[in-house]
Amino acid sequence: MSTPLLKVENLRIALAGHDATYSAVENVSFEIGRGEAFGLVGESGCGKSITALAVMGLLRRPLSLGGGRIVLDGQEIQDVSAAEMRRLRGKRIAMIFQEPMTALNPLSPVGRQIAEMFVLHQGMGWKEAMDRAEDALRQVRVPSPERRIKDFPHQLSGGMRQRVMIAIALACGPDLLVADEPTTALDVTVQAEIIDLMAELCAAKGTAILMISHDLGLVANMCKRVAVMYAGRIVESQPADAIFATPSHPYTRGLVDSLPRLGERSKRGRQRLREISGVVPSIAAYPAGCRFNPRCSSVTDICRTVAPDATPLPADGLVRCHHHG
Amino acid sequence: MLLVLGRRLANVIPTLLAVIALVFLLFSVLPGSFISGMNEDGRSTIDPAVMERMRKEMGLDDPLPERFAKYVAATATGDLGISFRTREPVTKMIAIRIWPSLKLVLAAMAFAIAVGVTLGFLAALKPGSLIDTVSMVGAISGLSLSQFWFGLMLMYLFALKLQWLPSFGYGDGGLRNLILPAIALGVGPMALLARTTRAAVLDVLNADFVRTARSKGMSERRVVEWHVLRNALVLVITIVGLQFGSLMGQAVVVEKLFAWPGIGSLMVDSVFQRDMPTVQGCILMIVLFFLAINTLVDLAYVVIDPRIRYR
Repeated sequence: MSTPLLKVENLRIALAGHDATYSAVENVSFEIGRGEAFGLVGESGCGKSITALAVMGLLRRPLSLGGGRIVLDGQEIQDVSAAEMRRLRGKRIAMIFQEPMTALNPLSPVGRQIAEMFVLHQGMGWKEAMDRAEDALRQVRVPSPERRIKDFPHQLSGGMRQRVMIAIALACGPDLLVADEPTTALDVTVQAEIIDLMAELCAAKGTAILMISHDLGLVANMCKRVAVMYAGRIVESQPADAIFATPSHPYTRGLVDSLPRLGERSKRGRQRLREISGVVPSIAAYPAGCRFNPRCSSVTDICRTVAPDATPLPADGLVRCHHHG
Repeated sequence: MLLVLGRRLANVIPTLLAVIALVFLLFSVLPGSFISGMNEDGRSTIDPAVMERMRKEMGLDDPLPERFAKYVAATATGDLGISFRTREPVTKMIAIRIWPSLKLVLAAMAFAIAVGVTLGFLAALKPGSLIDTVSMVGAISGLSLSQFWFGLMLMYLFALKLQWLPSFGYGDGGLRNLILPAIALGVGPMALLARTTRAAVLDVLNADFVRTARSKGMSERRVVEWHVLRNALVLVITIVGLQFGSLMGQAVVVEKLFAWPGIGSLMVDSVFQRDMPTVQGCILMIVLFFLAINTLVDLAYVVIDPRIRYR
């Protein structure tokens, strides 16, 4: 692979508590090539969203960057000036959020919210920017964009609002689109449309995607490579098809097993969908050793004391488990 | 917009009726009347026959429902009755007093908004900073001050010691006489506005759409100008409206203290003399003012927030 578009190395995100500082995310490394779709999967609270915010340079108290490097197109961006970061944000890396209702300003027409991108990054006047916003709405297939442009967010459906978010994010043709659970708040029927639209537009513009989701199935469909996060660490990273075929970490196996599959019942008879017992530990109470050990079915003594190192897997994959395979 | 206005105004009438009924009832259960009050002064003893005649003249002997019906009917035509004390029409007395009252309330509110909202904004943009601490301590103090004491202190400092401003009275109706009472009246709403503005702005700054705005690569200044101001304004307007509306009622103390010839001081004097028509007229004015401000606030919501439509 040539130089990757985004390279995250040993990222640590610090969480300042009342009496101590915790590592909300540590030792997270991954690479995304130009135009590549990369998925980051994990349960709520595992640190995937704040990893995305770290890439955007949008961490806010009590979270802060604790260490590591974030390299965009050969340029280290983890500690560039605020003004420099603002120029990158929106223009070269853009972000879509989970809840399109609250992510849009309720008192501002959607057209204006798109047009802001052209005013900010391309120095256009408002009139010209509004025309471009109309084009942008047309591109994300919002019907009658010339009228919708004056609508307020509450006048649009959830799917339409997320289309507006996509239009904003892709307005300036960024190199990387960070999508943080872009379909979680939407109806199931709309989810597929939004994913397809995102994938199609990004493919057309050569935009890479950092897709963040708790839905392994969705991520595996869309992305070439997938990393699985658990309790602030990446536990496994593999090409998407391999993750389903040969999940190496017990947690990944648990995730794969907990997905319902078409045709399963006729093959194996009626049975309960398997689940991973227990919950994600809180940041203040991460267990020693492997953080998955209290929930793991194949746990041994070493898992409770020693944190496992990364073991390479085929095709640039890796797994962090003492008993992988 | 006109529809909204019409509906709001239609709501005003039942409210007014309820207020009139309440005031009317209250004064009919209170012991004593204008006439017995004249006697209790101890200055003069009135011939019982004269008292009887006066009672009749003023209609105090009629049954309550009848008096109420008469009063409502007269009020509907804009006639608030004749003052027991001065024998003048109440409308005329109020007409003289309303402008000083409005002037005081408007000045107090202007002071409260200018200082309170500005401080709240600055405090919210730099939480934990010196300006935040100082203005919030000031706001707490302002909320806890008694208007009466604060008014006296203002008089003492600016009128007596520094001799910059007159200590009381309406004077020629100019700005010099207005400043002290307006500050005394405005300090409460000012403090409340500072606190609520700060809370509102902080609230908006934590909103998801502000994060979106930052993700677009906007400077903090732009974020505030384009996305925070208007949203915070919705919350601030609510408090402005509530404070503004009740301010004419609150002005009673300040008007009395500064011998300000407004509705409030007229009302206090009339209460002491059991001059019922005048008291009722004053209360009616204060309520009307409250309702008018509320209506204006509702209209302001429609202008600012596209989500709000009254059906």
